[in-house]
Amino acid sequence: MMVVKPLTGNYAAAYAAKLSRVKVVAAYPITPQTTIVEKLAQFIENGEMDAKIIRVESEHSALAAAYGAASGGVRAFTATSSQGLLYMHEMVWWVAGSRIPLVMTIVTRALGPPWNIWTDHSDIMDQRDSGWLIMMAEHNQEVLDETIKMFKITEDPRVFLPGIVGLDAFILSHTTEPVDIPDQELVDTFLPPRRQPYVFRPGDPLLMGNVPRNLKDNMRMREDIHNSLEVAKKVIEEVDEEWGKLTGRRYGGLIECYRCEDASHFIIGIGAWVGDMREAVDSLRTNGIRVGLIKVRYVRPFPHEDILKWVANAKSVIVFDRSVSAGSAGPLFLDVAAHLMAAGIRVPVKNILAGITGLDVTHEDIADAVLKSVAEVEETGKFSRFIEWYYGR
Amino acid sequence: MSEGEVKGKVLPISKPCIGVAGKTGSWRAMRPVYDDSKCIKCRLCWLYCPENVIDLNEEEGPFIKIDYNYCKGCGICATVCPKNAIVMVPER
Amino acid sequence: MPVTLRDLPKEKFLLPGNASCPGCPEALGLKYLGMALGRKVILVVPAGCTSIIQGLMPGGAFIYPTFNVPFASSDAVAAGVAAAKEVLGDDAVVVAWGGDGGTADIGFATLSGAAERNDNIIHICVDNEAYMNTGIQRSSLTPYGAWTTTTWRGKRENKKELPLIMLMHKVPYVATASVGYPLDFIEKLRKAASIKGFKFIHLHAPCPVGWRFDPSKTIKVAKLAVETGMWILFEAENGKVTISPPSRPYADKSKRKPIEEYIKLQGRFRTLTKDDIKILEKAVDDAWNTILKLAGK
Repeated sequence: MMVVKPLTGNYAAAYAAKLSRVKVVAAYPITPQTTIVEKLAQFIENGEMDAKIIRVESEHSALAAAYGAASGGVRAFTATSSQGLLYMHEMVWWVAGSRIPLVMTIVTRALGPPWNIWTDHSDIMDQRDSGWLIMMAEHNQEVLDETIKMFKITEDPRVFLPGIVGLDAFILSHTTEPVDIPDQELVDTFLPPRRQPYVFRPGDPLLMGNVPRNLKDNMRMREDIHNSLEVAKKVIEEVDEEWGKLTGRRYGGLIECYRCEDASHFIIGIGAWVGDMREAVDSLRTNGIRVGLIKVRYVRPFPHEDILKWVANAKSVIVFDRSVSAGSAGPLFLDVAAHLMAAGIRVPVKNILAGITGLDVTHEDIADAVLKSVAEVEETGKFSRFIEWYYGR
Repeated sequence: MSEGEVKGKVLPISKPCIGVAGKTGSWRAMRPVYDDSKCIKCRLCWLYCPENVIDLNEEEGPFIKIDYNYCKGCGICATVCPKNAIVMVPER
Repeated sequence: MPVTLRDLPKEKFLLPGNASCPGCPEALGLKYLGMALGRKVILVVPAGCTSIIQGLMPGGAFIYPTFNVPFASSDAVAAGVAAAKEVLGDDAVVVAWGGDGGTADIGFATLSGAAERNDNIIHICVDNEAYMNTGIQRSSLTPYGAWTTTTWRGKRENKKELPLIMLMHKVPYVATASVGYPLDFIEKLRKAASIKGFKFIHLHAPCPVGWRFDPSKTIKVAKLAVETGMWILFEAENGKVTISPPSRPYADKSKRKPIEEYIKLQGRFRTLTKDDIKILEKAVDDAWNTILKLAGK
């Protein structure tokens, strides 16, 4: 029995945490995540959600407290953005290295200075080396669905890593969309009781994290994180399939393709603007450009096999990034290009950097940028510049 | 599979063991020597040993036993003993 | 309930052959924690000497379930663990065991936050009066005049009065303790464990390596700190301050040993001038006056 409610992305995340029977919430506010923790505080205080809330004094402590609870054996949750995410960065690495499953919502927001509350992907992309699973939602239904799914994926013994579900500031976090809220019974069927590799219990001696005698063991731990992320690809697909059977909503697993079957040119992106990219693809197609869209759902693990299958014979690939690794290129572009190269695929690939610091990007902008790039590669067979900072028409 | 591996995962987990830093008795420059005839069974040496290498024997025989495998020779036991039943001598 | 030597359990929670320096006061503290609370303890350890005393993976020197955590995070992690234990109905005492840095400096906001929220944990500050694990650098808990590797001519700032700061957080239990008075420390640990809410115990821990004294003198130095009045043993239950028995005689200034007796044993005070000593003496008087007023005397 589904209930459809008009929900902001933030409220969708809060409902997902509630439905997933999170037992400990660590709450610290930061625009534009604030309404997540406010909603959870309401749920808990009016008895709708059986959980403890720790109203911490900083984001570093928010992840620390959630991590403590998760290591103590219960489902824990927190959320943050931007400056807060960077403040807890040390804890982000620690949680992954500990192999403790935990789910965190990131409302992606630009970094200062100057102060900026609008969306870009700098904050979330900055975590991509850490060992966390990182997923980026396109719309509010996906925020709710994927947050619930993330508990199952992260707690799978093949994975045992923490996971982030990201959503764009204001575009999703504060925008209301109709969202199917699955009933508690469905979620209880879907989510098994929590599993984790170890728990801190009184009288149960174990030490976590003391200095290793042999650094090979330490390196093996890092390799195991990497391998577990690779294995997670299969788990993500299984969970997507299972959720699809229960709710009728399948998302395609690691990527979703839109009008890719007969595409010559591909655009790749993550996050809310993928919705705008769909419209751009439609309008470009109307003008005879055979372009397809690859929506990357999971930044980590990076679905290079799935992407390469589609673009192996493309005329061009255009990767949109809403952040940049300053001094090199956009992070999504770097992942795509490296894997294309490593697989021996020679396709012209270009990075379009747009919407950084929250500058608005419309579907017309996207179509315009793509049109010009495609025109160049159709004529000359290559891109004269591999990178373009796009500010609008 | 090493200590930290659980179901194929390599974890940063350890288990307790005596002598984790090796035979720390080899660190000693001085060693405590115990004379049971002077001992008044006050238990202060046992209480104040930072290495937990002094064990009490409440049956027959000498009241304390020092584990020289791990005693680091700090000398606290000799200092707190009210009867000089423990003296520090150079480790040979 | 006064504890006697004979009552103390013999089970070892700190194992022999660990990586502590000879004469280490943190090792002593960890031993007494086990005697006080045993199997109930879950130990949360931020960066510091105790991180290293555990020794190298895959082995460890503690029987406690031991949770190594980033430097600034101990009380927040501990609060999370305590919340989980409450949800699961596990009877545990969650102890955040932090040094100078993990408690009073980098961990200070975390400490204050947990105190203000009255999180159900015990924070023990094992105070060796410098950042010993990284090689004796000054901290906010380093006393006036002490040599450290970042205050070669002696620290000019005063020791942060952390117990009083914690008293002003109005938490259910605040106490000071010393490795020189283990029975007092053990009683305080047991009392703290019986209380729900945030408990703070500040454990004075003279470090032979950093304070520059012979390792056989750790207990002697710890006792002299109390006997000269430089360290005051007290406890406060719900704000009601009582001076602990080992410190009571020294409420009377004439009974206090001259602080030179404490200072001359420690190489770190070698650069102290007569004026510096006067400053320290005044600080002792002031500290005692304050605590006596708080105790209602």
